[in-house]
Amino acid sequence: MESSSVIQLVIQNEEAIYFLILVVFLGLALISNVPAILHTPLMSGANAISGVILIGAIISISALPDDDYLGLFLGFLAVTLGTVNVVGGFMVTDRMLNMFKKKK
Amino acid sequence: MEVSVFSLSNLTYIISSFLFISGLRYLGTPLNAQKGNTIASIGMAIAVMATLGAAYWNQSVTGGLIITLAAIIIGSVIGFSLADRVKMTNMPQLVSLFNATGGGCAMLIGMIESNQNPGHSVGADILLSASTAIGAATFSGSIIAYFKLNGLARVNVKDAKLFVYGSRIFLAVLLSMVLAWAFIPDQLDLGVWVATISLIALVYGVLFVVPIGGADMPVVISLLNALTGVATGLAGITLDNKVMIIGGVLVGAAGVILTSLMCKSMNRSLFDVISGVVKSGSQTVGQKDMEVKSTSTSQLAMKLAFADKVGIVPGFGLAVAQAQHNCAALQLELEQRGAMVEYIIHPVAGRMPGHMNVLLAEAEIDYEKMISMDEANTRISEFDVLLIVGANDVVNPAAVEDINSPLHGMPIIEAHRAKNVVIIKRGMSFGYAGVPNTLFEKPNCELLFGEADQVLSSLRSELKNI
Repeated sequence: MESSSVIQLVIQNEEAIYFLILVVFLGLALISNVPAILHTPLMSGANAISGVILIGAIISISALPDDDYLGLFLGFLAVTLGTVNVVGGFMVTDRMLNMFKKKK
Repeated sequence: MEVSVFSLSNLTYIISSFLFISGLRYLGTPLNAQKGNTIASIGMAIAVMATLGAAYWNQSVTGGLIITLAAIIIGSVIGFSLADRVKMTNMPQLVSLFNATGGGCAMLIGMIESNQNPGHSVGADILLSASTAIGAATFSGSIIAYFKLNGLARVNVKDAKLFVYGSRIFLAVLLSMVLAWAFIPDQLDLGVWVATISLIALVYGVLFVVPIGGADMPVVISLLNALTGVATGLAGITLDNKVMIIGGVLVGAAGVILTSLMCKSMNRSLFDVISGVVKSGSQTVGQKDMEVKSTSTSQLAMKLAFADKVGIVPGFGLAVAQAQHNCAALQLELEQRGAMVEYIIHPVAGRMPGHMNVLLAEAEIDYEKMISMDEANTRISEFDVLLIVGANDVVNPAAVEDINSPLHGMPIIEAHRAKNVVIIKRGMSFGYAGVPNTLFEKPNCELLFGEADQVLSSLRSELKNI
């Protein structure tokens, strides 16, 4: 790629780049405010949120024709893995945080 | 403007993004954290339903829909049983497995997309292969991390060097392949290209994690967690899906912060960790000849009986011995006698960030009794007795007193400044760093040899008799 086309790419995606910069700083600000005591649930909860990749898998598989057997098989695996990530992640985080609730 | 299912799904994605962000915000305080997790999971549920709706609305039933629903059911059952059964000491293993699933999902999406949608821009193709590569490396790396945490996949130092050099070569090849797509003539098939990159990345993930030392695992888990986030974010860019970008970047940020925190707390640079550099102790002998004072449970019980303020410094050894419950019982006994008890927790006590807090919470120890290293150090001289159970390097005063120590500069719990220190230990073994602990020689310090669990329970029964 020539340098002019790099600049073009940036200009074409200007909004997306602004969006990315803001989200990165939002993320850093949100997370640095979490105390050390909650770092393990934070990590497993964040892990579950990154399971949002699952919707990418659903979108990918929905565009496949019914006779693309390899694609459908890969898609099946992708959706399964994504669901394990989401369901397991949120559940185990809930289990941990339940122990942090104040005793009555 | 006509409202279609597609614009409805975009609206749902905005709501989901909002729920993710506020969920993470609530995760910042112990009281609201569970609520935060629930909020984020609702965001996820509506995002998934909106995606399904937009993809299959008004269509006859397709193979894709059936397969997707079947996979969601199977995945839910697996996820549920994994989360329901895991022991809290094995939490790092489970998080590694979940890192692997996220990475694997990103890799598979890259493979499908590269076969399916040709004719994207070169930039989009490069982002797609980057997310596939990161996903694949995270997938295989996390599986190796899982085995390492279970005590498998160990290598000796000589082989470790080989792995390190190998992984550097693979990383260089990987990077150049991802970027080289810009210069490759059109007739080459993107699907084949991405599949090749995935294979190389899978091997790279293995080579990358195998040589990393057991003590560095908290850093690796945090790093792999950050990478799943980055892979998700990149996949979101290629699929032009903002909720995926937000979810991915937030997790990437969390991973980056936790990784740098872990590095700082272990006095390691990220580069040293990922290149398998081991800090060698200059004095590997000497601890056995140290002059130490030992004490007995009855003497310690006497000391505790007259203490107003007791601090407990737990290490992973405490959790391995499953001694948290006896520890909690001892704490209650002391509190009934009017003493104030606090747990002082080093950031790397355990196998992942914040792991020790979870292990103590499991034994129903109130989180308000757990204080951080920094807070404890400001008032450590107020403690009448400091009990050190299963921790070693994190209380070694050499880190602040000896410039030549490999531990120098590592933030420690400055136990040596408390009025009395008692270390419960099985024998005179070294900590992870392999350096003598000069705390043992201090005049205010005594050692109590024995199994943590037994010692703690006999301390409690002795206390009852005083």
